Amino acid sequence: MSSVQLQASIGKKRKQKGYRVRLSSGDKVYYTIVYTILILLLIVIVYPLIYIVSASFSSAKAVTSGKVIFFPVDFSLEGYKAVFEYKPVYTGYRNTFFYTIVGTFINVAMTMLAAYPLARKNLQGRGFFTFLFTFTMIFSGGMIPNYMLISDLKMINTVWAMLIPGAIGVSNVIITRTFIQTNIPTDLLEASQIDGCSDALYFFKIVLPLSKAVMSVITLYYAVGHWNAYFSAFLYLNKKELYPLQLFLREILVMNQFDTEMLIDPEEEVVKQGLADLLKYSLIIVSTVPILCVYPFVEKYFEKGVMIGSLKG
Amino acid sequence: MSQILLWLRHPCHKYYMAIKHNSVKRKVPLVTKTKRMKLARTQWQLYLFLLLPIIYLILFKYVPMAGIQIAFKNFNARDGIWGSPWVGLKQFQNFFASYTFERVIGNTLRLSLYSILVGFPIPILFALILNSISQRKFKKTVQTVTYMPHFISVVVLVGIVLQILNPRIGLYGTLYSLLNNGASPPDPMGSATAFPHIYIWSGIWQNFGWGSIIYIAALSGVDMQLHEAAQIDGASRFQRVIHIDFPSILPTATIMLIMRTGHIMSIGFEKIYLMQNNLNLAASEIISTYVYKVGLSAGGNMNFSYSTAIDLFNSVVNLILIILVNYLAGKMSETSLW
Repeated sequence: MSSVQLQASIGKKRKQKGYRVRLSSGDKVYYTIVYTILILLLIVIVYPLIYIVSASFSSAKAVTSGKVIFFPVDFSLEGYKAVFEYKPVYTGYRNTFFYTIVGTFINVAMTMLAAYPLARKNLQGRGFFTFLFTFTMIFSGGMIPNYMLISDLKMINTVWAMLIPGAIGVSNVIITRTFIQTNIPTDLLEASQIDGCSDALYFFKIVLPLSKAVMSVITLYYAVGHWNAYFSAFLYLNKKELYPLQLFLREILVMNQFDTEMLIDPEEEVVKQGLADLLKYSLIIVSTVPILCVYPFVEKYFEKGVMIGSLKG
Repeated sequence: MSQILLWLRHPCHKYYMAIKHNSVKRKVPLVTKTKRMKLARTQWQLYLFLLLPIIYLILFKYVPMAGIQIAFKNFNARDGIWGSPWVGLKQFQNFFASYTFERVIGNTLRLSLYSILVGFPIPILFALILNSISQRKFKKTVQTVTYMPHFISVVVLVGIVLQILNPRIGLYGTLYSLLNNGASPPDPMGSATAFPHIYIWSGIWQNFGWGSIIYIAALSGVDMQLHEAAQIDGASRFQRVIHIDFPSILPTATIMLIMRTGHIMSIGFEKIYLMQNNLNLAASEIISTYVYKVGLSAGGNMNFSYSTAIDLFNSVVNLILIILVNYLAGKMSETSLW
């Protein structure tokens, strides 16, 4: 649709609502420029993704000879076949699922435990506790002391290294605390206290049900974090059977370490190389699709999170 | 008269006034120290809630801070953190004197400044532009599409960059050879001069949409009456963007800029480490990657103390920057972070 048509439709809408309908020539120029910029931006964002998708559906030969530019060339599913025959992908997926589900559960539980008392304005020592949390956001022990701690706790090469050290994200605690503070009226607390409700009961009966919105936000934040994380696995794990997907991806995509022996039939070196090239494209798709499929449905929660997070507590 | 005064001085008066004005919480009467203690005792359940998180914080955040002392020691595994001999500031002096000092600080600052310079204004401009169109569906589509790359993991992002820039099979190589009669291009990932651009612009590609959310939200709070009044006075859409929209997100932008400058010395490890190779190291070695290499990946040569010292130097500079920048912000605009 050209920008003129777009403006026409804008004009139509305005007319229906009873607005004045005139776009000055200056505005026309402005809108033309704006729409051009936005459409260019869309292309810049989408084109690389389309390229990856198209390459992943092309044949190895077309990819290695650089024929793919926009549409798939010699449509084939070789790449995907290779990905699904590559065993580490399964291991990675399984581990990532485990770390994401269990890790997120721990995260959310711990965050709620921390956020509820901090949201209570009359908590004695609230300032001190809040400081204890926020200080860790601006100062930390750093990579080596952390590593030494994890290794002293004998967590190296165990699943615990993926679940426990990051159990609380302080920024998420602050988001949750702010949400509870601003969205749950203190009148509720007073009323329930008059009726003899204890602090713990208040948490389970009132705070938890009323914090569903913020809980979904932080659940998503933590889950995406776990899904995409490679750093702690990279530092603390060197057993392949514990690797999350991202570490296998790093080996294949970034370090070019790809075990061609794991592929079943091709015997020629060239074919192997071609397949290894093609497989990368398919692997990018396979590893990213789950997140991008869920994303449009949960987009609004993420936006909400940004909004709550930007409030000053 | 004197009776009234007497009555006013009576301690229960404060309660009375407070209850009358409905300003007192049942549990927070006049706060004295003993009362606070009493109140704290009734709140044991809340402390129980905090118990686990606080244990976590102390163990995983504050214990490592105690481990920082090895920056002032000569750590050896046999004596451990507490038993190793003190060496004062030797590790720091070594770092300041080494040739890598200038390089890693320079690279860190260069990348950071570059990223502020282009990465900061782009989301603002994008939000202003997007906000000025009134086609809701188109707007929503643009938002959804531009936010999407934010959710791609760093590993996959770097994978995409490497694939596309691959001189042999990537899009870059293909287009280059189309335009240059089949010649294949030099590898951009192997060039130290290209590195900052690739690093920064791939980051912008991934995050400019996401970064604009906060501005778009601020813009949606702009009073429509301002726009209507300006329209009646004959202001064009562009003029309204400049004179109404832009000033109204200026406070948000100020805060974001302040936060960003506070983090000028901290560039995350994850992405840059993935993009590093021996050929672009001159531009891509930054503090955090250097810390990792010295401390954890030097084979048998790991130097925990030296590495921690470098890290500590970086954290202290960061801490000072954040406090300073926040103090200045508070002075100037009353919009500080705490």
